[in-house]
Amino acid sequence: MRLKYEKPVITKVETGFMNKFGSSPLYARKIRKDIDGVSVEELVERFGSPLFVISERKLRENYKRLMQAFSSRYPNVQLGWSYKTNYLQAVCAVLHQEGALAEVVSKFEYEKARKLGMEGHQIIFNGPYKPYEALKLAAEEGAVINADHFDEIFELERVAQELGRQIKIGIRLNMDTGIYPQWSRFGFNLESGQAMDAVKRIASGDKLSLNGLHCHIGTFILEPEAYAREVKKMVEFAYEVEDKFGYSIEYIDIGGGFPSRIKLKGTYLSPDVLIPSVEEYAEKITQALYESLRPGDFPKLILETGRAIIDEAEYLITSIVASKRLPDGRKAYVADAGVNLLFTAFWYKFNVELAQEASGANEPAVIYGPLCMNIDVIDEGSMLPPLEKGSRLVFSPVGAYNNTQWMQFIEYRPNVVMVMEDGSVEVIREKEDLSDIERRERLPEKLKLK
Amino acid sequence: MQRIAQLAINEEGFVFDPVQGESFTVNQTGLLIIKALKEGKSQEEIIRELVNRFEVDEDKARIDLVDFIEKLRSLNLL
Repeated sequence: MRLKYEKPVITKVETGFMNKFGSSPLYARKIRKDIDGVSVEELVERFGSPLFVISERKLRENYKRLMQAFSSRYPNVQLGWSYKTNYLQAVCAVLHQEGALAEVVSKFEYEKARKLGMEGHQIIFNGPYKPYEALKLAAEEGAVINADHFDEIFELERVAQELGRQIKIGIRLNMDTGIYPQWSRFGFNLESGQAMDAVKRIASGDKLSLNGLHCHIGTFILEPEAYAREVKKMVEFAYEVEDKFGYSIEYIDIGGGFPSRIKLKGTYLSPDVLIPSVEEYAEKITQALYESLRPGDFPKLILETGRAIIDEAEYLITSIVASKRLPDGRKAYVADAGVNLLFTAFWYKFNVELAQEASGANEPAVIYGPLCMNIDVIDEGSMLPPLEKGSRLVFSPVGAYNNTQWMQFIEYRPNVVMVMEDGSVEVIREKEDLSDIERRERLPEKLKLK
Repeated sequence: MQRIAQLAINEEGFVFDPVQGESFTVNQTGLLIIKALKEGKSQEEIIRELVNRFEVDEDKARIDLVDFIEKLRSLNLL
């Protein structure tokens, strides 16, 4: 009788190194056979590989948890769903159903939100470039507009003139909150007096009226205290403006930037230790509001949280298509998904789970994507058991920015599916074929080959 | 193949390399391959031996053997 086969493995015996973690890295492995109860293998059989999988349940839960954290502490809270983080229609629609406004940063995103069924007044229009016609349409339709620079204020004055009525606008501020690098390229600087100059300009033109303040201090902010500093400065500035110019500041929009639970490259601690909970952010922010606001005054607190809501609600299933041995002895795998689909691979050390049991000891392995580019690495080093061709891996979290910043470079973009709350699976973005990529191309007659 | 000829191997899969002073552990399939290489057997012979002794087909045994040999090379054992 033949013995059970195991892939041949040789391991160097290292002495003198202590392993401070409990389990042996040689046998510890993470297995995920299903996503919300639907087996990974079944998903791949039905929809192919690679495959993005979004959990409707998790998406709604994340929204509710964030809103619960804030609205249990402050009476006037609104979320503006950050379209750029993930603007797949199904994702936006779930969040709009939950009550989120649309937070858009370009004409394209504005059109997307309108087409999905959002009214102008349900849209927050941010960003450094709002073409004149988009600005005018947004003003006509009653969108919340946050001006980024003086030229935009001048353009809005022109719009007001053309519409024959005063327009309410907000302005974006930038400020020192102790976060490095300071995001100073967007909006008006607070400390230098530029922001106050903008308010003076708005007042002297008398075609606009200021009713809101917006700010965004950065991305993946691990320090809740930075938001407390932001809120304090915004509220102080709001009162200064109200007292000097008679405006009523109806909303304080503190932007986004809350992290998701993922290890960033270059960090040592695990995300469970490093990443504060949304409740900690809510506590610091609302505490700062109560310390700065005058009694009885509750301006609307707008959040533009993107990553912390969608990131952990999406997974990418990928298949191993080849394996090789690197000159330094490390094992390398080629997967059918690369940085073309996982833009965040440049910053994230993803959580990599096996979709099936695997026998044999772990060894250090690197996972490459399918691109003929040296930078196409989706995992720079994990302890993985021997993986056969066709093995599936599940990468997470991948919900933030990948479905908006993915690139069509030598590969088609795959199906994106949503596992619905009732356990059914819907395709929410069909995989591409050649016609999608070439639809806009025109080949001049004389260049036609046959 | 000289260096591999000098390896000291026990039946439990403990391997000592007197040239570099390093120790290794191998599993049963790895042990079979190292012993066979030590005896100067060809890759085709080793594949046949793997297929005879273990529940594996020829194609898979060949892929894994090639990878294992690359690994030995990276450890300076070949």
